[in-house]
Amino acid sequence: MSEFTMDDLRRVMQEAAGENRHLEGDVLDQPFTELGYDSLALLEAAARVERSFGVQIGDDDIADVSTPRDFIQLVNDRLASASV
Amino acid sequence: MSTVITGLGVMAPNGLSSEDYWTATLNGDSGIAPIDRFDTSGYPVSLAGQVTGFEPEELVPDRLMPQTDRMTRMALAAADAALAAAGAGPGTLPEYDMGVATASTSGGLEFGQRELQKLWGKGWQHVSAYMSFAWYYAVNTGQISIKHGMRGPGGVVISEQAGGLDALAFARRQIRKGTPLMVTGGVDGSLCPYGLAIQIASGRLSTQDHPDLAYLPFDHRANGYLPGEGGAILVAEERESAQRRGAPAAGELAGYGAAFDPSPGSRGALVRAARAALADAGLAADGIDAVVADAAGQQDDDQAEADALSELFGPAGVPVCVPKTMTGRLLSGGAALDTATALLALRDQVLPPAINIHPELTDPRLDLVIGEPRETPVRAVLVLARGHGGFASAAVLTRP
Repeated sequence: MSEFTMDDLRRVMQEAAGENRHLEGDVLDQPFTELGYDSLALLEAAARVERSFGVQIGDDDIADVSTPRDFIQLVNDRLASASV
Repeated sequence: MSTVITGLGVMAPNGLSSEDYWTATLNGDSGIAPIDRFDTSGYPVSLAGQVTGFEPEELVPDRLMPQTDRMTRMALAAADAALAAAGAGPGTLPEYDMGVATASTSGGLEFGQRELQKLWGKGWQHVSAYMSFAWYYAVNTGQISIKHGMRGPGGVVISEQAGGLDALAFARRQIRKGTPLMVTGGVDGSLCPYGLAIQIASGRLSTQDHPDLAYLPFDHRANGYLPGEGGAILVAEERESAQRRGAPAAGELAGYGAAFDPSPGSRGALVRAARAALADAGLAADGIDAVVADAAGQQDDDQAEADALSELFGPAGVPVCVPKTMTGRLLSGGAALDTATALLALRDQVLPPAINIHPELTDPRLDLVIGEPRETPVRAVLVLARGHGGFASAAVLTRP
């Protein structure tokens, strides 16, 4: 089954927010707000993930996402349940 | 208390900066060309004033690219230029002492059209999250204020082609109420299928496919106007505040007036607006050295404007400039660009020419500057602007 990785997040954020410079290095546990990605960038990124990975991510779920680790975890949870 | 302009940023079909625009305009270099943005076969209109050579990737932060319509990118670039000229930016004054008031007509129409196509073509899941604001009328005000940390009064004025002057007046009101610096003006653009269709529906565009024969204001052959994109962003400041921080003034907004009359061919509103602007400036008609005309390019509206000018100044009583023959009508960017033109004329003591209209075929009551620039003392310029639906505004710009 496919897995969503930090590299995938970087690629998606480049498209969603216009740049992914602030996702370089060890930023897994840094809040997106500190990295400079606002709620709209996250919503846009989530929509792109939905389309390319074929999963459903609700707006409420994205509202609970704080860090890149949270985002990656959320997507992989969805991928896991989708393949069951 | 007086309001001065301390910075100009221009994005025009014949120039990507105020200097390039002015050089091209004095030289009669037109930015009108066949629309190459999309396939116009099947559309009755094929010509427009397109801004060419604009590279947003070089001028707009990459973070803003997914969330901006083309016209917002142009507005941001023009605002950067205006603020650089004014020597102003985040932190120049306390953040609540700087505000933004721009004009708009239809917001980010190209962005909106694209998202609507995705909505109906692919499904709602494909619509960008940024559609929440990127199409919206106030988006230029919003993006400029965010980028430059200007948390003072913000607003947007919608009065079609009159908007550029109305936004300037809005800015002046805020300055008078205590906000020393306001970024204002307008940059517009809807050269996309949807935008062109909307303007075609007004029935007032020229369907000529030769640039020399299309937009001919005040000429007997007038057959409509041409659309264009672009405009100008200006920095307006309270004079003493500008002086205290050493900002050079390009000119003063000495007077402004506005009126409204939707009756077709009516000249009442334009005369009332002009008289109000002159009175506000404390000038009689003979104190005006040039007029930048609204120039609808339609016979009835041209006649109405010529009637108004004749009533205000007497036949051939003042030189009349129509630089927009080289750009088309820029909607909310138009009057802002005309204001920038007035300020450049005041600086260089020269009036820009109109192109394509023929001296033997134009209204004999108007002393139109045609073909060549005219050097003449310029101390005060009257800018006129009419917006579709009955808006009529006038502004007097004077030397600083």
